[in-house]
Amino acid sequence: MFGDYSLGDLGSIFVMQGFAGLILFSVYVLMALGLAIIFGQMGVINMAHGEFMILGAYVTWMTSNLFQTYMPGLFGGYFFLAMILAFLASGALGMLVEWVLIRHLYKRPLDTLLATWGLSLMLQQAYRSVFGAREVGVELPQWMLGSLQVTSSIEVPINGVFVMCLTVLITIGVAYVMFKSRWGRQVRAVVQNRIMAGAVGINTEKVDRYTFGLGCGIAGVAGSAFTMIGSTGPTSGQLYIVDTFLVVVFGGAASLLGTIASAFSISQTQSTLEFFMSGSMAKVLTLLAVVGILMLRPQGLFALKVRK
Amino acid sequence: MSDETNKGLLSPLRRKLLVGMAAVPAITMLPRASFAQAPATSAVNTTGLAVTDTEVTVGILHSATGTMAISETGSIEAEKLAIEQINAAGGVLGRKIKFIQEDGASDWPTFAEKAKKLLVNDKVAAIMGCWTSASRKAVLPVVEQYNGMLYYPTFYEGLEQSKNVIYTGQEATQQILAGLNWIAKEKGAKTFFFIGSDYIWPRTSNKIARKHVENVLKGKVVGEEYYPLGNTQFNSVINKIKLTKPDVIFTDVVGGSNVAFYKQLKAAGIDLAKQPLLTISVTEDEIDGIGGENIAGAYACMKYFQSLDNPNNKAFVPAFKKMWGEKTVIGDVTQAAYLGPWLWKLTVEKAGSFDVDKIAAASPGVEFKGAPEGYVRIHENHHLWSKTRVGRAKLDGQFELIYETADLVEPDPFPKGYQ
Repeated sequence: MFGDYSLGDLGSIFVMQGFAGLILFSVYVLMALGLAIIFGQMGVINMAHGEFMILGAYVTWMTSNLFQTYMPGLFGGYFFLAMILAFLASGALGMLVEWVLIRHLYKRPLDTLLATWGLSLMLQQAYRSVFGAREVGVELPQWMLGSLQVTSSIEVPINGVFVMCLTVLITIGVAYVMFKSRWGRQVRAVVQNRIMAGAVGINTEKVDRYTFGLGCGIAGVAGSAFTMIGSTGPTSGQLYIVDTFLVVVFGGAASLLGTIASAFSISQTQSTLEFFMSGSMAKVLTLLAVVGILMLRPQGLFALKVRK
Repeated sequence: MSDETNKGLLSPLRRKLLVGMAAVPAITMLPRASFAQAPATSAVNTTGLAVTDTEVTVGILHSATGTMAISETGSIEAEKLAIEQINAAGGVLGRKIKFIQEDGASDWPTFAEKAKKLLVNDKVAAIMGCWTSASRKAVLPVVEQYNGMLYYPTFYEGLEQSKNVIYTGQEATQQILAGLNWIAKEKGAKTFFFIGSDYIWPRTSNKIARKHVENVLKGKVVGEEYYPLGNTQFNSVINKIKLTKPDVIFTDVVGGSNVAFYKQLKAAGIDLAKQPLLTISVTEDEIDGIGGENIAGAYACMKYFQSLDNPNNKAFVPAFKKMWGEKTVIGDVTQAAYLGPWLWKLTVEKAGSFDVDKIAAASPGVEFKGAPEGYVRIHENHHLWSKTRVGRAKLDGQFELIYETADLVEPDPFPKGYQ
């Protein structure tokens, strides 16, 4: 298949393909981080994760409209404010959902699957009623469009670089909060032993609520960032949910490092395969590999050693 | 006022005479106008459909909820507009159209169930509905079994023909061939890269397109790629496009994937002003989600664009916006859905009956001169004769008409040499 191309051409294509894999990796990490916290740390199977992402996307859309109407001069920077608002909106909704629904289900983790699936249907219909059934187009500032010309034949999409930077920042942020901060220690304590954590004076209900809110908030930021590369409609969240669970489960549910490793291996496999065969076949082979590995290693790539 | 006072002055006899004389012109017109306006229900409805002396009921069957609501909303709106306009113009055989709307909920078994409900319980005279081929395939056995009439609006892959369906959209050859001919001639295109979503419509369409490129245009297909429905990452295939440098990218990607594809194409630095791209899956509706700036310069092959400059369309677009809001856009399928109720009305009037068998038999040859796309006619195979048009997407999300076929293109759902 490469007979007709010059060596230079091939070189630059492989560089760009490498970037494509890295971008896919960042996208996977970004969408899986929120779920890794909720599913991995709290054990809640949150089927509405995609809808929390789309809430972030809709907030971005509204912010962009707001800036266009009232502050067209500042339009270039609206995206940063939009991401913060998306975090707050999805996080707030997440805390509300935790208070109304999830906290009654901690002892019945499988029921959270049904409950959150119902929640996702309700949210989809709510978006449809509020924003309309059609997709909305989120307008981006000019500087975020197009690509960086690295050499004459190597071009890197700007929005891809943006997603990569964002992913790195958020991952560092989450790692710091979970492993270095006092609050993170409380979260881990509650996860490991709820009763003991309560006994030493940790307000476990509050910790649960904020943890769930944090996971949903990160989903909102991811949704906001994905307006650059995907669609924004009432059911767009469904596009991400399968891949998200795939990444989290494959990585080992309770491990942040596992999520990152799994996102890396899945994205690299997929983008390499996609280049050599058709997109559908690449997906099939990737999924087959994941299924095969999970059969040999049901706990995922990285599992915490716990005393059973 | 003056009439009343005059009448008061006339003798009863003269009044009767005058009334009688006034009725003379009306009597001479009776066989055409008056009888045709409200013939007896027993005469026009021999199979027990929901037809009364004043009303006739039809069904609207689309997804108002679920994934497909994005696309089907426009069709529902267009059908309601057509029904309202027909009623304002006197209805069908003197009867107002009443509609029952059912929600297929983007779920194919639900479509079949609701179609059965409309035909068996509600006895509707016709169904305007379905959007995806999958929903049509689910409904087809139902309308055939219970002898209903379905008006199907979407452009689709062909390979189907039924007594009980009128296809108001284009089948694949009508949509594809003229567009490929045009771009081959206009851009001197020899190499094509196909990319589509992975299901029956893109695969069948690309099969036809490939045969046409290889056998008729003597060109070469340098890549043919399919991605699962809902795929959001296209960077790899975009790199392949960069590597193969095709003269034309030919796409039939649908749904949310569409948005991702064009956004990433733009971000990867592929300038659609320089790299010709021909799509058969993007209408004004889709551009709403994609964003005009991401797709400006691409060519779309359709039979209708909102920007068409003809008297019918100039009346249709404002009427649609008046009913559904200034911001709504009208895509190809929305227009085709608008044709459904009108074609049904014209066929009923031609047949002089609501009976499905008579409508099916009377359909071939029915002409609709008021179609926003221009004149259309129903073919013996229950598809429409219509023109193929190529438009170029502009920044504002509208298309600029670039080319249209001189004559109506014959529908050919089972194209020889393309299968």
